Amino acid sequence: MSETQAFVRPTPIGAALSKGAGESARRRLEAVLIPILALLAGLFAFGLFLLAIGKSPVEFYQLVYRGGFGTWFSLQNTMQRAAPLLLTALCVALPAQLGLVVIGGEGAFVLGGLAAAAIGAAMPDAPGLIGMPVMALAGLCAGGVWIGAVGALRHYRGVNETIASLLMAYIAIAFMQHVVEGPLRDPASLNKPSTTPLADQLRIGEIPGMDVHWGFVVGILACLVAGFVLSRTTFGFSARIAGGNARAAAVQGLPVGRLILTFTFAAGAAAGLAGMIEVAAIHGTANASLIAGYGYTGILIAFLARQNPIAIIPMALIIGGIGAAGGLVQRRMDLPDATVLVLQGILFVAILVSETLSGRLLPALGLKTTGEAK
Amino acid sequence: MTMLPLNRRRLLISGSALLAAPLLMRVSPAAAASLTAGFIYVGPRDDFGYNQSHAEGAAALKAMDGITVLEEENVPESNDVVKSMESMIQLDDASLLFPTSFGYYNPFVKETAADYPDVQFRHCGGLWSEADPKNAGSYFGYIGTAQYLSGIVAGHQTKSKRLGFVAAKPIPQVLMNINAFTLGAKSVDPEITTQVIFTGDWAQPVKEAEATNALIDQGADVLTCHVDSPKVFVQTAAGRGAFVCGYHTSQAPLAPEHYLTGAEWNWSTVYKMFAEKALAGGALPNFVRGGLVEGFVKTSPYGPAVSEAARNQTDTVKAEVMKGGFAVIKGPLKDNKGNEVVAAGKAYPETAVELESMDYLVEGVLGSTS
Repeated sequence: MSETQAFVRPTPIGAALSKGAGESARRRLEAVLIPILALLAGLFAFGLFLLAIGKSPVEFYQLVYRGGFGTWFSLQNTMQRAAPLLLTALCVALPAQLGLVVIGGEGAFVLGGLAAAAIGAAMPDAPGLIGMPVMALAGLCAGGVWIGAVGALRHYRGVNETIASLLMAYIAIAFMQHVVEGPLRDPASLNKPSTTPLADQLRIGEIPGMDVHWGFVVGILACLVAGFVLSRTTFGFSARIAGGNARAAAVQGLPVGRLILTFTFAAGAAAGLAGMIEVAAIHGTANASLIAGYGYTGILIAFLARQNPIAIIPMALIIGGIGAAGGLVQRRMDLPDATVLVLQGILFVAILVSETLSGRLLPALGLKTTGEAK
Repeated sequence: MTMLPLNRRRLLISGSALLAAPLLMRVSPAAAASLTAGFIYVGPRDDFGYNQSHAEGAAALKAMDGITVLEEENVPESNDVVKSMESMIQLDDASLLFPTSFGYYNPFVKETAADYPDVQFRHCGGLWSEADPKNAGSYFGYIGTAQYLSGIVAGHQTKSKRLGFVAAKPIPQVLMNINAFTLGAKSVDPEITTQVIFTGDWAQPVKEAEATNALIDQGADVLTCHVDSPKVFVQTAAGRGAFVCGYHTSQAPLAPEHYLTGAEWNWSTVYKMFAEKALAGGALPNFVRGGLVEGFVKTSPYGPAVSEAARNQTDTVKAEVMKGGFAVIKGPLKDNKGNEVVAAGKAYPETAVELESMDYLVEGVLGSTS
């Protein structure tokens, strides 16, 4: 294998860049095989952990299946939990195309929710068809500006985007708390400071026949659109070039700065939209309950999906399912809640370590991957 | 952990239930006299605080015959709690649910109760009103009076005449505790002041430790708190040699020498009452509240540092409280900005609705609600 090929990302996206259909197919195969093997290895390692504390791994995995996927109720529970995670994972995966590690999606999520609640409360008589898009726009813009500012700091001032986004998430949360407890507090919310509740027509409903709100569909669509833009447009292509080598991209005449600002804005907008949906579909108001860690779980999912927007969908469902089963596992096996965190952590490490297998797995299995081998 | 013996039993029970489930499928005639009750906590159930106080109540139910207790911890105040409740109902046949965190009620408990009219929901916090589903309800305790008793003990103990209070948010219930604690201390010596620091949220261990240190640096020698888990607060204060009054549950095991007394919930009273009524097939009340008199609230046993004089005065006042109708908030009373908040001759016993929208700190409290 040549040096240049080693740097091509073995995702479907990366595969499109490589030469030859056979090569492409093999890389696609590897892109699917490696995460699956990593997940299995992670589950196995967690099984050993369970054995070490005297619990049955078989019972655990049966319960996870039952609680997360095994019944219609469980499946809907999983989808409902995955809904915000699809969008907050995009907040990590989009900047990652440019090589940026943004981990402050929680801030954009909270601000998006706050902006939507504030706008919604200000127009209690607006019909849903007008009010909801305006709220969505408010959420998109609030989150977009917040993470877009991280991109601007990075591009114009050279500030590390990882640290900046994390610290700005703390600022966003403190700001939300202040506004909810001060200027925008509904006087009726005595012991739980909140904004004025949204009018009924401004609430997002459930998908007919299901106990899952429309945010799930929005999240899936957003992932599909992001996947399409990245893999099928010159815009997405130029982003990946810039992510590979920003200086080389600039020399080629690509607008690196604009790409950074656009992608960070879109990333924040995704998280902000998730916040808007959380407010309009779940809470009906903005308050401290918005700070539930969806932004941080999104980081986990984006990395599990190896920053591929399409792969975010199954990963969000897996993490949502594990979360949905968490309660059943606690109740039936008397395990502490942190058990699920241990499982998530082991899966995370397994996926990250598996990156080192890229381009090596198939040769190790006796399959050649180089284009010349055809 | 302390739950080991229970683990094995629960494992065997659940393991055999799992094996038998496909064969039996709800064919359980003995189920008539049995009840599955589910408890949901917002934090860890061994937090030495709010969640543990409820878990102790749940433990009291486990000891009763015919009751299966389900527990889930660390469930956020979001749609997660809806799913936890539904999962308990659908997958584990729970018919009585206790979602214990204040923020669970609106909209989550209300909406779920409407969806499951055959299941009883009782929520901690006192939010139920007539317009809400009839299978939902509220319970809560008047803990301010117990804080008043803690204040008396603190008033005897302090040498610097400065008390410290680490509080989460300036909401009515927290303000009531700060005011009651201060008034208790001032009943011993009117010169005493309480410095309060708000951390901004219910579980902020780092800020709680910083606030505790700051209060001690400013001269406070007896402190108490109102946060979800007083563990960090108690350990930090005791580590600096200050005395503490506890909250939610007893933190005496964390600081046996420095723990004076504390205002504790006694949820087992409430949970047993609900469970017994449910087992007997009777209707459950929708709205219950109580204080020291009703056994909803209790005080921690005195620690070794509490003087004889402090014990005597506190016991005397407590006996007065136990007669019923005792009012901590009574006129003439000024707030700490000099405005009169309760006119002379006016008294608000703990049951008074006026106290539920409290928005002031009484004279003697150093701090601000905003």
